[in-house]
Amino acid sequence: MSSTTQIDTGAAKQKSSGRLSGLKKRIPILSPALVFILIFGIGGLLYRNFFSLQVLLNQFTDNAFLGIAAVGMTFVIISGGIDLSVGAVISTSAMIIAVIDGAGAGPLLGIPVALAFGAALGFFMGCVIHFFKAHPFIVTLSGMFLARGLGYVLSWQSVPIENEFYAQASQIGIPMGGILKLSVPAIMFIAVVIIGIYIQRTTKYGRNVYAIGGSEQSAFLMGLPIVRTKIMIYTISGLLSGLGGVVLTFYTLQGYGNAAFGLELEAIASVVIGGTLLSGGVGSVLGTLIGVLILGLIQTFIAFQGTLNVYWTKIFIGMMLFVFILLQKAFMLSAGQKQK
Amino acid sequence: MRRATRLDNGTKTAPAAESRPARSRSLNPIVWPLLALAVILLFNLIFTHGFFSITVKGGHLFGSLIDILKRAAPTMIIALGMTLVIATGGIDISVGSVAAIAGSMAALMVRGANIAYLEETAYATTPLLPVFAFALLAAAACGLFNGTLVSFVGIQPIVATLILMITGRGVAVLITGGYVLNFNHPRFEYVGIGYLFGLPFPFIMAAGVFVVLFLLTRLIPLGLFIQATGGNSVASFYSGLNTRVVKLLVYLISGLCAGVAGIIMTSDVKAADANYMGLWLELDAILAVVIGGTAMTGGRYSLWGTIIGALIIQSLTTTILTRGVQVQYTLIVKAVVVIFVILIQSERTRDLLQRTRRKIPASG
Amino acid sequence: MENDEILRLTGITKSFPGVSALTDVDFTLKQGEIHGLMGENGAGKSTLIKVLTGVYKRDAGKIEYRGVPIDVHSPLHAQVLGISTVYQEVNLVPNLSVAENLFLGRQPIRMGRIAWKPINDRAAEILARFDLDIDVRENLGHYTVAIQQLVAIARALELNARVLILDEPTSSLNIEEVDKLFQQMRRLRSEGQAIIFITHFVDQVFQISDRITVLRNGRYIGTYQTEDITKVDLISKLLGREYEKLSELAVSRIRREEAAEQDAFIRTEALGRRGSIKPFSIRIRKGEVVGCAGLLGSGRTELANVLFGIEAADSGKTYLGGRDVRIANPRKAMRWGIGLGPEDRKEQGIVQGLTVRENIILALQVRKGWFKNLSYREQKEIADHYIEILDIKTPSAEQLMRNLSGGNQQKVIIARWLASNPQFLILDEPTRGIDVGAKTEIQKLVVELSKRNMAVLFISSEIEEIARCSSEVLVLHGHEVVETLYGTDINDQRIMNAIAERHAEGNEVG
Repeated sequence: MSSTTQIDTGAAKQKSSGRLSGLKKRIPILSPALVFILIFGIGGLLYRNFFSLQVLLNQFTDNAFLGIAAVGMTFVIISGGIDLSVGAVISTSAMIIAVIDGAGAGPLLGIPVALAFGAALGFFMGCVIHFFKAHPFIVTLSGMFLARGLGYVLSWQSVPIENEFYAQASQIGIPMGGILKLSVPAIMFIAVVIIGIYIQRTTKYGRNVYAIGGSEQSAFLMGLPIVRTKIMIYTISGLLSGLGGVVLTFYTLQGYGNAAFGLELEAIASVVIGGTLLSGGVGSVLGTLIGVLILGLIQTFIAFQGTLNVYWTKIFIGMMLFVFILLQKAFMLSAGQKQK
Repeated sequence: MRRATRLDNGTKTAPAAESRPARSRSLNPIVWPLLALAVILLFNLIFTHGFFSITVKGGHLFGSLIDILKRAAPTMIIALGMTLVIATGGIDISVGSVAAIAGSMAALMVRGANIAYLEETAYATTPLLPVFAFALLAAAACGLFNGTLVSFVGIQPIVATLILMITGRGVAVLITGGYVLNFNHPRFEYVGIGYLFGLPFPFIMAAGVFVVLFLLTRLIPLGLFIQATGGNSVASFYSGLNTRVVKLLVYLISGLCAGVAGIIMTSDVKAADANYMGLWLELDAILAVVIGGTAMTGGRYSLWGTIIGALIIQSLTTTILTRGVQVQYTLIVKAVVVIFVILIQSERTRDLLQRTRRKIPASG
Repeated sequence: MENDEILRLTGITKSFPGVSALTDVDFTLKQGEIHGLMGENGAGKSTLIKVLTGVYKRDAGKIEYRGVPIDVHSPLHAQVLGISTVYQEVNLVPNLSVAENLFLGRQPIRMGRIAWKPINDRAAEILARFDLDIDVRENLGHYTVAIQQLVAIARALELNARVLILDEPTSSLNIEEVDKLFQQMRRLRSEGQAIIFITHFVDQVFQISDRITVLRNGRYIGTYQTEDITKVDLISKLLGREYEKLSELAVSRIRREEAAEQDAFIRTEALGRRGSIKPFSIRIRKGEVVGCAGLLGSGRTELANVLFGIEAADSGKTYLGGRDVRIANPRKAMRWGIGLGPEDRKEQGIVQGLTVRENIILALQVRKGWFKNLSYREQKEIADHYIEILDIKTPSAEQLMRNLSGGNQQKVIIARWLASNPQFLILDEPTRGIDVGAKTEIQKLVVELSKRNMAVLFISSEIEEIARCSSEVLVLHGHEVVETLYGTDINDQRIMNAIAERHAEGNEVG
């Protein structure tokens, strides 16, 4: 018997259709990219100044805190979990900074403490989720209550931030021609995205996240460090939410207990629109970036429109989410992918 | 009818090998939440002066206890509907937004479908039937939307209801045109602030919803079907059950419950603020269900447990307030309680797991 | 232990509450050998492997690996020791690439980053040895199970597996894929690899293995050199009698000549479903027990599923009492008075969290519909009734299903269908995984039901059960009804021969 007999399951076909299936593989990221270009384009046609660098840069700046947290959320969702505490952690981190600032200590204390808070809460939630086999939904929900409550306890009223550093941080930036500049929040956002992409593609940890999301049981049988990875996922999500809170202080210059209400929903929507499956195993940080930009663009679009009330944002986001979820379902069915 | 073949015709096998040692019937799961509630009430009995005092004014009962009953009502109602959804193994996180939609619709209809500013008292005579009808219809439509996505399109419940959670609030604001729609309609306000048999009407409504759901799930086999679907939907299918219809129904019920809650909330404050009405109510509702003993994995559920769960959450809040503890601590306390419940519930699950799991001890 | 023996299990015993899964089982494995492990469902082969790979802890017995007695703590530990298993479900991650799956957990790192190019190149090299020329960057999930299995095997070998366990690897493969797999297995054998090949396919085990070990009902039946045993012998060892002969139940054997079409309660005409069961024409009368025999994978469950509407037929007709009906789902089947006790009790039968009572009345209530509610009292009456007549051992009807033993759970499922008053009851492996006493009871019940004029289709892997209870036997092989036996032809030997003959004839497919 010839030793070079190919498996008669269309291996030859597999190879040649590789290019086509490669394209199919890219659908999860091409579609949001397409939508982004579409909105940007249509907006550009309808409104003067919409299709401009200014608008684009603004997206990065205005949505930085959402975007940073959404990167963390991406890993959580890829692993098959969810984190509802994001908004609360952002808000409370900002509050922590404000309070520390009010006590006279500067950003050198404020920022690390805020980050530590986010990470600590994330770590705690990750442990409960894993060791008690509890549903991430409920655990992060209580995490949200805990964080939000902590924020209120620190101060019921909003607390202004005096320290020059924060005000400066919102002013300076890399000049991009004319009066435009790439602000600090935007730089941080982009940096986090780049790091996220790096981790996702080139680190064992990143790949383990995908493995766990694909099939936790298989990942376990393959000897992957499940415990460590899962707890890290929530810890990092918390850390990034904390970072989001830091960025928030750069432009609100205050700590406010009710800030970032509902932000976790926007983060989840960005992640899903960006092509990540809520069931886990599939997704990308780049997609989330596009998702965040899309969300921001929709808001800007409505602002430009002028007459439509702000609430249309929610409706558009919701409808977009709906369409993408249906697409995901159709994609999954046609690809015949095995889900857990 | 006794069959001629009693099947063990003398060939009895050693019983030890035959049946598992019957586990001592574990405590009725409702004991735990009841206990928790009792603890809270006991705490108040000892430490809060006048907590249990009930006075009668103008034929109405007043007091901290009564207050708890009233405030817990919207959560309770939503949680009751949520119980059935969770029992089928699903979840509905859109209820807060659906309540907002229903409440906004009600306010709009009371104002005669008129958003523009008018003297408040101009609405005092709007007929109430269309108000309730439209509000509940809207809520029902939301419920059917969710149900269809889950049952027929096959989308995961958390994903499906996330859509309405986000969009719904936008729709609610759309209904109110972005304004806070206020009104003055004594008969309608009765729903929120009135009393019946001396008890706050919202609580009566909650009791009513409970009775309706209780009867609905007992008088017709809906309760059994829900538990079977959630317990093992494959086995249910093999037994001929149409699990899709069951799931569709529970989401419809959940939507309607949210609608009722929305009407109550609107009536209570005589206004509809679409941005904030029912915000995060779904979370409280889910908590009430979980605390009440219904597992998120589905199957057995307990409407009673949910009622107690809602009461626990509300009495915690009230206790904190009457103790003079500032409002901001409410959330933290809630969080701690939830975590505690999680740990307890999962401890039990772990116990169960250990009993059936084959142990692999380390050996030399 | 001989020189080339790499694994020796002695006296392995393992039991679970109510059932003893393994009793005093021996097994040896040599290097450079493909050793087939066979047994019908419930025989204990998967339990044996789980004991070997650390999923279960054995109650008694010894495991010697490379001459040294060991204890395996967990699947991971087994892997580290060099004992790797490739399961039917291919425990890899479908959403990652083929290359990545091969290296997951041990990716080479250059300058802090995963080096993808070396991974992809090396993966291609490794798979080339398996004659696989595929795009290793493509997601694993895009490829067929056959390819995924080979990737799983490749990974196991890369992890230095000394003992490679293949658990039912051919179940989802077509003929060419099986050939390909065997080709690779032979290559590995020639390189000195020790392979345990778990399968239920008799033909395949003759094709590829050097020795065959047979388990039955948790007991070690024997180990045979493949070239020294015949297929018929093997089949008889797989299915042979285990417990003492029970007295013949008075089953009326219907003679072929007496069969009259009008008497048929259910009759099919070339009813079939592509990919599941080839068109079959059978006829079952009221008061008759028709047995359904065949080895695992022969299509018996598929036949039952098509009859009951779990899978809709795409060809042929069904006649019930003379009427042409379409049974497209279980609900319709129930309405026509058909019931099915499914093969997988746990996943498809019992609702664990509900009580015995609720499980019993479930189908009946569904049949009665939404508006004719059974009151609690009625439910209790019905449940108590069946608990008594079926002798279901439970403290009360309110006991949770999960607390009952397997045999009693099975009885509850039967009770469920009896309660809905069916005219035709299909029982798929009702005696699997339950102890001897309960098996007997159920067989008696089956006959009793037929005496009460119910039509019964009785599927079982135990030939003697079928022989004992049936008045007509369908023999299945390769997803097809290949023979029907009547009257005096219904005995163990004849049935076994019927099955064996088919194996002698053609190749088996998955």
